[in-house]
Amino acid sequence: MIRALAFLLCLVVTPLAAEEVVAGLSRDEVRITANFDGSDILIYGAVKRNAPAATEPMEVIITVSGPAQTVNVRKKDWRLGIWVNTSAVEVDEAPSFYAVASSGALRDVLTRTEDLRHRISIPRAIRSVGAPSTVENAAEFTDALIRIRTAKNLYQKLDNSVKLYDQTLFSTTIDLPANLVEGPYDTRIFLVRGGVVVDDYETVINVNKVGLERWIYDLAHQQPLIYGLLSLFIAIVAGWGASAIFRYIRF
Amino acid sequence: MQIYLPIAEVSVNAFLLLGLGGIVGILSGMFGVGGGFLMTPLLFFIGIPPAVAVATEANQIVASSFSGVLAHFKRRTVDLKMGLVLLIGGLIGAAIGVQVFTILREMGQVDLLVKLCYVVFLGIIGGLMFFESLRAIRRSKKPSAVPERKKHGLVHALPFKMKFRTSGLYISVIPPIVVGLFVGILAAIMGVGGGFIMVPAMIYILGMPTKVVIGTSLFQIIFVTAFTTLLHATTNYTVDMALAVLLLIGGVIGAQIGTRIGVKLKAEQLRILLSIMVLAVCAKLALDLLIVPSELFSLGSGGHS
Repeated sequence: MIRALAFLLCLVVTPLAAEEVVAGLSRDEVRITANFDGSDILIYGAVKRNAPAATEPMEVIITVSGPAQTVNVRKKDWRLGIWVNTSAVEVDEAPSFYAVASSGALRDVLTRTEDLRHRISIPRAIRSVGAPSTVENAAEFTDALIRIRTAKNLYQKLDNSVKLYDQTLFSTTIDLPANLVEGPYDTRIFLVRGGVVVDDYETVINVNKVGLERWIYDLAHQQPLIYGLLSLFIAIVAGWGASAIFRYIRF
Repeated sequence: MQIYLPIAEVSVNAFLLLGLGGIVGILSGMFGVGGGFLMTPLLFFIGIPPAVAVATEANQIVASSFSGVLAHFKRRTVDLKMGLVLLIGGLIGAAIGVQVFTILREMGQVDLLVKLCYVVFLGIIGGLMFFESLRAIRRSKKPSAVPERKKHGLVHALPFKMKFRTSGLYISVIPPIVVGLFVGILAAIMGVGGGFIMVPAMIYILGMPTKVVIGTSLFQIIFVTAFTTLLHATTNYTVDMALAVLLLIGGVIGAQIGTRIGVKLKAEQLRILLSIMVLAVCAKLALDLLIVPSELFSLGSGGHS
């Protein structure tokens, strides 16, 4: 009887002790202009509590994820004396950009089951339904994808980069590289205690081409013939112009 | 100064692109080659996606060839009649080549085929030109040697003869059309203008004088690459205007300088320089196939291709 009561009490108390993330971004839009060469985004926030903080230390994980794409990972092998692409694995959904920042080492902060559930770490953020049975060692291909994109700064694992103040305030900076793909960048903030996600908050950073970039991109996709002819026109004018100028200066 | 390319979706240094355009433009003006076989691999190297590099390069070749051909028109070193005959073959060839490319892409391994094409053709052409030019230079140093008489081979036995006054030739139209067709197919598969195949073919198969060959090759390349640019722009949306403009500003200026350098050099010297360059690119591509790559894996966009 007493045990049952205690159990009920727990059920009632837990939601009351819940903590809630309130967050903001230094900017919720990234404009890709002709001289765009990357952008820093400051993500900050606080934890709202209805009860005193739990004894376990609070940890915060922040992820920023670009639009998902299908990626073909190909592997070369030594055949007949030359290096040839022999096998390929299609990764169904890989974010074009992914950064995961955490207040401690991600491995220590989060349990594996919670990682699986929320798809937080880089390998979990990539979804591969399965490699064709002809390919052995399919994990090698996802590892290669992560390795190549990490080298290009497109995948970032940022341990210990979220700063915590008084177990309440947090902030981090995510460095977006210059080779960004357009689209909504999902930003998620997880509040973690004892390896378990207590609360999460989601928002979106919009990355858009603007100005001349926007105009060229739209024209190329909506009026391809005109775009092609315009490209040729520019080429001919430039070719003629250079010739005329050089004739004029008699070089 | 970094610049973001709207179609390629990467950020690159604008001065690097201007410089690359300029260097390739000089070579283009000197040798009458579009420079695509040099520029396309260079663009891959600086991180431009291959599809965008190939399509945009076609657009840039239009500009540098146009700039170069104007200079040649002034010197009367363009055989318009021959150019038009080659062009007929070239356009048919390009259309066939695009179809072949599509079929090969469905079969996979198109990258390998393109690279092997490069290695084989650059190797053969570069090698032939190199040794032939060496012989020619040696001959010219021995004034006692008797100049060879022009051979009357198969090229002269075919019907539909036509007079090409600028080239000083009276030959059948069949060989030029076949040469144009063959170069057109290869150009579409390899994503280049095809000048580096066209120039030696005109010299050794058609027997045209070297000075006329360059202008005529440029003239023909303009139309083939313009056709390719339109095909890429309408089917793949991979022509990057910003990239093209940067490359062609460097390219057209380079082409003007190159044409003027070319006039000052002797035909044999010109040929030996071109052959050395062709062999160097060939060696680089062959090494890529032979040496263990540092990264065995590569990424490509899936689904839509």
